[in-house]
Amino acid sequence: MNVQSPTEKLTAKDFASDQEVRWCPGCGDYAILKAMHKSLADMGVRPENTVFISGIGCSSRFPYYMATYGFHTIHGRAPAIATGLKLSRPELDVWMVTGDGDALSIGGNHLFHALRRNIDINILLFNNEIYGLTKGQYSPTSRVGQRSPSTPMGSVDSPAEPCVFALGCNARFVARGIDVQAKELGELFSRARAHKGASFVEIIQNCIVYNDAAFAGFTEKAVAADMQLHVKHGEKMLFGKERNKGLKLNTQTFALEVVTIGENGATEADILVHDEKNKVIANLLVGLRPPRFPEVLGVIYCDPAPSYEAAVAAQDAAARAKGPGDLDKLMRAGNTWQVS
Amino acid sequence: MNLQADDIRSGAPDGAPIPKSDLDAIVVRFAGDSGDGVQLLGSQFSQETALVGNSLATFPDFPAEIRAPTGTTYGVSAFQINFGSRPIKTAGDQPDVLVALNPAALMVNYKGLRKGGLVILDAGAFKDKDIKRAGFAVDPRTDGTLKEFRVMEIDISAQALEVAKPFGVSQKEALRTKNLWVLGLVSWMYDRELKSTMEYIARKFGAEDPIGKANLAALNAGHAYGETHELSGDVAPVSMPSVKVEPGTYRLVSGAESLAWGLAAGAQLAGLEMVLASYPITPSSPILHILARMKQYGVTTFQAEDEIAACCAAIGASYGGKLGVTASSGPGIALKTEAIGLAIGTELPLVVVNTQRGGPSTGLPTKTEQSDLFIAVFGRNADAPMPVIASRSPCDCFEVAIEAVRLATKYMTPVMLLSDGYIANAAEPWRIPSMADYAPFKVEFRKDPEGFHPFVRDEKTLARAWAIPGTPGLMHRIGGIERDYNSGNISYDAANHQKMTDTRAAKINNIADDIPEQSVEIGEAKGKLAVVGWGSTFGPINRAVANMRAKGHDVSHIHIRHIWPLPRNLGALLKSYEKVLVAEMNNGQMLQLLRGQYLVDAKGLLKVSGQPLKISEVEDAIRAQLASA
Ligand SMILES: Cc1ncc(C[n+]2csc(CCOP(=O)(O)OP(=O)(O)O)c2C)c(N)n1
Ligand code: SF4
Ligand SMILES: [Mg+2]
Repeated sequence: MNVQSPTEKLTAKDFASDQEVRWCPGCGDYAILKAMHKSLADMGVRPENTVFISGIGCSSRFPYYMATYGFHTIHGRAPAIATGLKLSRPELDVWMVTGDGDALSIGGNHLFHALRRNIDINILLFNNEIYGLTKGQYSPTSRVGQRSPSTPMGSVDSPAEPCVFALGCNARFVARGIDVQAKELGELFSRARAHKGASFVEIIQNCIVYNDAAFAGFTEKAVAADMQLHVKHGEKMLFGKERNKGLKLNTQTFALEVVTIGENGATEADILVHDEKNKVIANLLVGLRPPRFPEVLGVIYCDPAPSYEAAVAAQDAAARAKGPGDLDKLMRAGNTWQVS
Repeated sequence: MNLQADDIRSGAPDGAPIPKSDLDAIVVRFAGDSGDGVQLLGSQFSQETALVGNSLATFPDFPAEIRAPTGTTYGVSAFQINFGSRPIKTAGDQPDVLVALNPAALMVNYKGLRKGGLVILDAGAFKDKDIKRAGFAVDPRTDGTLKEFRVMEIDISAQALEVAKPFGVSQKEALRTKNLWVLGLVSWMYDRELKSTMEYIARKFGAEDPIGKANLAALNAGHAYGETHELSGDVAPVSMPSVKVEPGTYRLVSGAESLAWGLAAGAQLAGLEMVLASYPITPSSPILHILARMKQYGVTTFQAEDEIAACCAAIGASYGGKLGVTASSGPGIALKTEAIGLAIGTELPLVVVNTQRGGPSTGLPTKTEQSDLFIAVFGRNADAPMPVIASRSPCDCFEVAIEAVRLATKYMTPVMLLSDGYIANAAEPWRIPSMADYAPFKVEFRKDPEGFHPFVRDEKTLARAWAIPGTPGLMHRIGGIERDYNSGNISYDAANHQKMTDTRAAKINNIADDIPEQSVEIGEAKGKLAVVGWGSTFGPINRAVANMRAKGHDVSHIHIRHIWPLPRNLGALLKSYEKVLVAEMNNGQMLQLLRGQYLVDAKGLLKVSGQPLKISEVEDAIRAQLASA
């Protein structure tokens, strides 16, 4: 076992475990893993203070490939395990990796509570709109009509939208990235880690085997510029090859519209400036879906609030302020009698 | 009427007079509407009784409904206490005295009263509509229903209203002092001091609160009623000498309290802070409530979103290097099983407290049962062994909780601790232990990277190393997938799975070398008949076996605390008796376990009525066993 001294500058390689990575060749998970290795090195975190907790799924194998502490748990329950860990060890950097099925099907309840409690963990939801590990059944995020072994005639139920769900749970940090956009992902990881409280990051991930090209409509090179809106706090929400398209708020309908500057009277002044703290706009942004709208990427919402484990620790500390309790005294408090 | 105290005693044959000098125990049952404050009445009377040094056992018997419509039989709440000047082991088979605060309370309880026993009625609650509502066709006071009992009718409602008048409280509040009026009366009957109740009232309401004043006045008025009414004259109050017990400081303790304190004590002895994660469920919730107020004792509590999350959060806490504990009952335990399997596979310490209740499904939430033995020992997918230990009484919960923590941390394993609804709610006098009497079992976290992998084991215990996040140089991954014996890395290898399965089993089986050999509670270690029990049936079995031995029968009592693994010598011990009778409150789970483990032809005394086992039931079963060829 190699022990690094805490002052040594670590590289991406130092964050890769010695385990052979077993995802299918070409799986989007590889790119996310690589981005994470680099990002952690860039952030200068200590591997011994970093923990990856996951549920079950292809995506949830992630911790095995990290040279940090890691816990591959049970299907859907990673938020609960991460909550217990964070309650017991608030000082640790806790990351949670989950899939669309793990997080929103079997684990929906736990994810909801982790988000609304605002426990200080970084949640990475790898959304491939399919159950990868169990060989390709449709998932809660699959679009209507998804053909799969369990839905041979196409799925009929309406999908869940991860970022809409997260905001609905009162998440205070909601972001979205794409598996292969390493630089942007690295920034999201860094922002998520810096955010105190639950940080929710949806990562669009291509499952090359069971749902290939599900996101081609906005990830293909040819369309990417026109179909991706990378939002940045304080900057105009502009996109497109010419960066002449943008989002405008229709004050009649309270809906967002795509406008092209110079067309139909639209001017640069019409384009919204992204304000991470504006929840009203955030709610509109997470509702936008291609092909009518561009896929919104980046930090969509960030407005910190006190985190759960910090509040719990504060109560514990207040109770302990008068010194540690004496069990012998506690058991003898109240009505007792002597027998001699 | 005359209160013939001489006739009031437990264990007296129905209707038979017993000289006053023999009076060494009495069973009193208080019953009323769920809004009548019967539980408070019972627990305050228990407190007073404990303070005069009597031995006692209690049985709070709650309805499932929080506020059932008044006057209904399903809204009846009862509290039974057995107290005396000899060691008391159960709450008593048959009450000698029944206090019924309304017709429904009478309806539900009069049949259990000893013939010749005393019924004290609130005459003010026997209006026609109340009588009908309770299901009596005619007034039971007039049609001979109660002819086998002595009946004392007092208009307690009117008394309470009268006493409360000067304090200007509402009629509703005035009527709610009925319980304290009764407490005053019964305290007079048995010569109990009112001091602790007075202090309780002062604490609860403060000196100036008119409601507090009304309650205090009711208490004194009930007592004065006994002194001054026709109850005096030829009837002196019964006074019972204190029981001879070991010297020490005593208190009353409920199973939930002593269990919560025992967990905190165990964590302290292990040198760990504790995280209790739980989801409310009857009858487990008091453990969460008590520990939530124990933050200064190194306890953090977490009310999770469900029992799965509770168990998982406890596992997360253990992973982080604290003692993870989760507590639940019935359906909640069922939900935890997958996560318990994870703790078994990843070999993390965890204490799972199971306060058993009647089932299946929602079953009988407020009633007691011992029917989770199978789920505790076997209730997981795959070969997933874990230690199981059971508490026998409210006091014993403290010891068992410490033992559960010791096993969990020493062997890196989840442990299931079985309590039950009866134990959790019942109270008994407890000789308060000192923390200094317990040997610490400090946990050592792994720090040394030399030769480390997460599944490197202690040669003797087979426990894996506990290396916690934050430790430099020991970064590692664990998970639910099978792990390689030699590295802890994922392994699908066939021989390795066999070896790991065998190792997990051996680790738990080894615990049999670390627990006491099975002893015999009373009687010889061989002979005609052994009555075997576990958990809260200890009291009735112990008393029944003692009674039968006093009559010259060859019968012994064996009580099993360590349910899994079983004590090394248990098989041989059982085989040294001609017959084995397993008495338990389920459909034969320990019975099956013992038959399966040892091929003994044990028979069962099995009861699943939601009520504790009675001494007489065990005696009858012993008689039947000894009589049959
Ligand atoms: C209790 C339980 N039920 C079912 C499974 C089977 N299972 C494993 S992963 C999975 C779905 C995973 O899908 P997702 O979370 O989207 O992850 P992906 O493989 O796509 O990354 C299922 C149903 C399980 N492991 N545990
Ligand atoms: S099945 Fe899909 S998600 Fe799973 S590893 Fe293969 S490509 Fe990746
Ligand atoms: Mg998926």
